[in-house]
Amino acid sequence: MTHDAMIDEWYPVGLFSQLDTNARKTALMGRPIEVAVEAEGHARVTSGDGRSLPVCVRYGHVWSSLGKPQKDLFAIPEADQPGRTLVDVGVIRVRCSPLRAVENFLDIAHFPFVHTDILGAEPHTEVQDYKVEVRQDADEVWATQVKFYQPQAAKSASGGITTEYMYRVPAPTCCVLYKTCPPRPGEWDVITLFVQPLAEDLCDVWPWMALFDDATPMTDLIHFQQTIFLQDRSILENQIPRLLPLDPGMEIPTRADLTSVAYRRWLKRHNYTYGAQLVAQ
Amino acid sequence: MKLYDYVLSPSCYKVRLMAALTGVKLEIRAVDFHPGAEHRGPELMALNPAGSIPILEDGDLILTESAAMLTYLAAKAGPEWLGSGAPEETARLQQWLSFAHRLTASLGGARLHEMLLRPGDIGTLQAQGIAALRELEAGLVEQGLRGMRFLASDRPTVADIACFPYVALAPDGGVPLDPYPAIRLWSRAIRSLDNFIEMPGIHRLHELKREHVEPGEV
Repeated sequence: MTHDAMIDEWYPVGLFSQLDTNARKTALMGRPIEVAVEAEGHARVTSGDGRSLPVCVRYGHVWSSLGKPQKDLFAIPEADQPGRTLVDVGVIRVRCSPLRAVENFLDIAHFPFVHTDILGAEPHTEVQDYKVEVRQDADEVWATQVKFYQPQAAKSASGGITTEYMYRVPAPTCCVLYKTCPPRPGEWDVITLFVQPLAEDLCDVWPWMALFDDATPMTDLIHFQQTIFLQDRSILENQIPRLLPLDPGMEIPTRADLTSVAYRRWLKRHNYTYGAQLVAQ
Repeated sequence: MKLYDYVLSPSCYKVRLMAALTGVKLEIRAVDFHPGAEHRGPELMALNPAGSIPILEDGDLILTESAAMLTYLAAKAGPEWLGSGAPEETARLQQWLSFAHRLTASLGGARLHEMLLRPGDIGTLQAQGIAALRELEAGLVEQGLRGMRFLASDRPTVADIACFPYVALAPDGGVPLDPYPAIRLWSRAIRSLDNFIEMPGIHRLHELKREHVEPGEV
């Protein structure tokens, strides 16, 4: 793979709470890296050739980059809001393109079929009209006014509700989802998918959440999100082609795919192509 | 009856599935297996020195082997799941009940490695998993020749429930099921049982679901 713009982005490389002085051996975009915590408590990320890589610790995770990040990691202001429960869901490896993992997270239409009786149920399969834009100031993809009927939208939800969503892609392999918060109307629950690209067709996925939910035990919150993601995993591993197609030649999107179309165009425009297929084969 | 449970564990799912099929209500105690490694913490190690889950607690009885849990649930609530008692059937049932350990060690190990980054020699785990699947495929074909659809009998027994989860989830560990037609038919027969429940990675048979009909519509 030639140099592309994704080299200068921040990527999650580990849970900060799980680091110790024994380095965690992992990889970033095909290169081996090591993640460790130093005696004084700072995270340290080293490339295979011994180079110290940029580090920041945010949203429960250690972030790093093989290149030179031009800006700070994207902000999630809700993460600092008092009263939220912050949930480290833990890593799950998926044999798929990191871009496909994000695109699947942006899709609503699969809920009744893959997350049956949790995030969707037949016959409530219609994706109503919603809005998609690339916000020029922040250079992020946003989908708003997304509404969907859900039998059990969150661990804190009892019974079916029509849930409202906003999706936000602030970085090529990260997605932030804002979702109706059953115990606290007016606020949004924040559910993220941070994806570490190990190779173009292999990734470690680090879901993370910032929720208003005092009632549900932490383990139940973790298991709820792991359940959802593991329902997606087998689908993701079977998608063909393995890389995310950025050439529109082979696929016909529908109205429900507006977010995916905007995401793919945004990737292409920025030359974010690690894990992408540029010419239909 | 209290089950120390992890939602992504195929061994825990065996017990949840058996309980659902026999109509037993379980009290679920969620264990933070990943990322928290709670099963290796003092509370659970005191219950099960092996440091594994599931653990099933019923009064004074504490079980740490899933085969024993399936047998206990069947004996209490669904004796037909223990077979007819005929010598050959009993032997086959015990044979596959023990065989399930090989599936756990091989396919289960491959799945933990590929999914949750647990250490292991992935090539060896997958090769051992494939060997076990071939043996199971042959066993099911032979049962088919005897006119039986399940591992020990013409009706499902605890042996089928012991083997089913790790087999159905083999693709999670990078072992495809495409080469095994008898296994796929058997898996379908299990998934279409009344009161079957799924787990992440084992999808419901949508096409068997009854169409929703409003009262008075017919």
